[in-house]
Amino acid sequence: MSDFLQMTLFGLSNGAILALAALGFVLIYKATRVINFAQGHFLLVGAYAFYAAIVVLGLHWSLAVLVAVAFAATLGVLVERFVLRPMIGEEAIAVIMVTIGLSSVLGGGVQLFFGTTPRETPPFLPSGALTMAGATMPWSRVAAIGIAAAVLITFSIFFTRTRHGIAMRAVADDQQAALTMGISVRRVFALAWALAAVTAVIGGILLADLSGVSAGLAGFGLIVFPVVILGGLDSVPGTIVGGIIIGLLVQYTAGYVGGGLEQVVPFIVLILILMVRPYGLFGQTRIERV
Amino acid sequence: MAATSTGIHHRSYASELALRHTSAEKFRLVLVVLAVLAVPFVVSPYWLTIANQIGIAVIGAVGLNILVGYTGQISLGQGGFLAVGAYSSAILHVRGDLPIPLSILLATLTTAVIGAFFGIPALRLKGLYLAIATLASQEIILFAVRNWDAVTGGRDAISIPRMELGRFVFRQDFHWYWVILPIAVLAVVSARNLFRTGLGRSFMAVRDHDIAASAMGVDVTRTKVLAFAVSSGFAGLAGALTAHYTGIVTWERFTLEESILYLAIIIVGGLGSIAGTVYGAIFMITLPALITRVGQDMQGTLPGIAEKLPAVQVVVFGLVIVLFLIFEPRGLARIWQRLKDYVRFWPFRY
Repeated sequence: MSDFLQMTLFGLSNGAILALAALGFVLIYKATRVINFAQGHFLLVGAYAFYAAIVVLGLHWSLAVLVAVAFAATLGVLVERFVLRPMIGEEAIAVIMVTIGLSSVLGGGVQLFFGTTPRETPPFLPSGALTMAGATMPWSRVAAIGIAAAVLITFSIFFTRTRHGIAMRAVADDQQAALTMGISVRRVFALAWALAAVTAVIGGILLADLSGVSAGLAGFGLIVFPVVILGGLDSVPGTIVGGIIIGLLVQYTAGYVGGGLEQVVPFIVLILILMVRPYGLFGQTRIERV
Repeated sequence: MAATSTGIHHRSYASELALRHTSAEKFRLVLVVLAVLAVPFVVSPYWLTIANQIGIAVIGAVGLNILVGYTGQISLGQGGFLAVGAYSSAILHVRGDLPIPLSILLATLTTAVIGAFFGIPALRLKGLYLAIATLASQEIILFAVRNWDAVTGGRDAISIPRMELGRFVFRQDFHWYWVILPIAVLAVVSARNLFRTGLGRSFMAVRDHDIAASAMGVDVTRTKVLAFAVSSGFAGLAGALTAHYTGIVTWERFTLEESILYLAIIIVGGLGSIAGTVYGAIFMITLPALITRVGQDMQGTLPGIAEKLPAVQVVVFGLVIVLFLIFEPRGLARIWQRLKDYVRFWPFRY
């Protein structure tokens, strides 16, 4: 029982961070129809920006979060303007490869400045642990779930209640109709990339606190694919459900089956979902003859 | 037949079907043949290793271009298929005691069959979704390689004895050059000819419009599975050659980065161009080697640059992909074509 509780907590906290990374992915896909293979590297860059602000510049962690978020938003806008804008209307393979190239540039850039040794950020999430039914539950994990949930709720309010959020949904729905209503599609594209980078940074900062800063963080970007396919590529609630399911699944497989199977289970789920229900649990059903 | 600045005019079907039309093309072919034959006698051992790597990359990349460039099915799984080829050939030779040529041949066939299996998602998926599905196949294949201890030896490397022919041992890069070169040439020529056959044309028909293709009588299901099989067959051959050439097989060589390298080769070279694939392989394999060389030369003036080199290579690799896609999405093949046109029409613009 205690093992089960602990695995559930770890699964939920990983799932919450996955949901954050997946949210950025879905934002970009919804607004611009681009599959962003660099999402994991945005996470990585975010974590290192936070590390640099807190350790190199010596800022307080709350200021460091602001610096990292501002840095990420700028990076997102620049990437959209100079890398993705020329790609509008190109084939799927070109768009995929440009984000892969981008991930290589980001990953290499981080390695150039910080080397390959893993770094430790000073912890800012509450330390200590809660003992419940014989299980040790670190407070930092609980806090991570809380923060991720708060961010996800903020984003849902943003989409339903604010002008820019509604404009983004309009563009995702129908670009031409949105243009005729006076919405700047360019600005929405830039906003989508900026927000996606910001969600990735928050995920990266949480991961940095939970497991340290290293190049391995980018690997998180690969498990985002099962999450978004499971939830539906264009569904915001889908990211939360998908993130939690994949997070729990990985932890339970590691705990009850073991043998490294947990690394591959998300991808088996991915293939099965793609074969049976390619638009995911909550995605928009599009009928396409293949 | 007459080649003028208004174009190439054919008088017979035979001349239209020929791979090389003009005397300039034939002359260039002779130059290329002479250069390729001279390479191992001229270059240093370091660059000969690079040449061998290019030869192997050409084989695998030609296969990937058949799938991505000619059939329009995006695959991020080429690294996985290289792994299948390398491991099957190594296991057949080391444990099965088969002679190396036979084990390479069987490995090629095995990989083709496994590739056809992993091509099944392509029957239901297109574009982005297919790319993600092949990403999953890549991860699943590598997982199987890492964990199927009884067959692959798990995470441990398999070492392979040197190839022998009678009493002759293939020890140096110089010997291997004469093994890899003919196979690479064979791969390129057979791929080039594939697109003059019905099967190759049906690949292109599926790429251009699958519904129109099926209306014309192309069996889309069969064509897609065959494209995956042919493409993986090339990958298996390249993987098997890597295994015997390097004498060691580990799963770490065939990660997602390898798949991305192969995609980068065909993007930089030119999607849907066999000649472009060759240019792309030369460019993408030579570039990191060149960076290493330049970095080592600058060691005196800029100490500490050596440890930065791997990161620089990764950044340059990404930049090359991004810049090519933005400025010349049709790759080196198109640049070469424009260059030839410029010379042909000079002093006019067109």
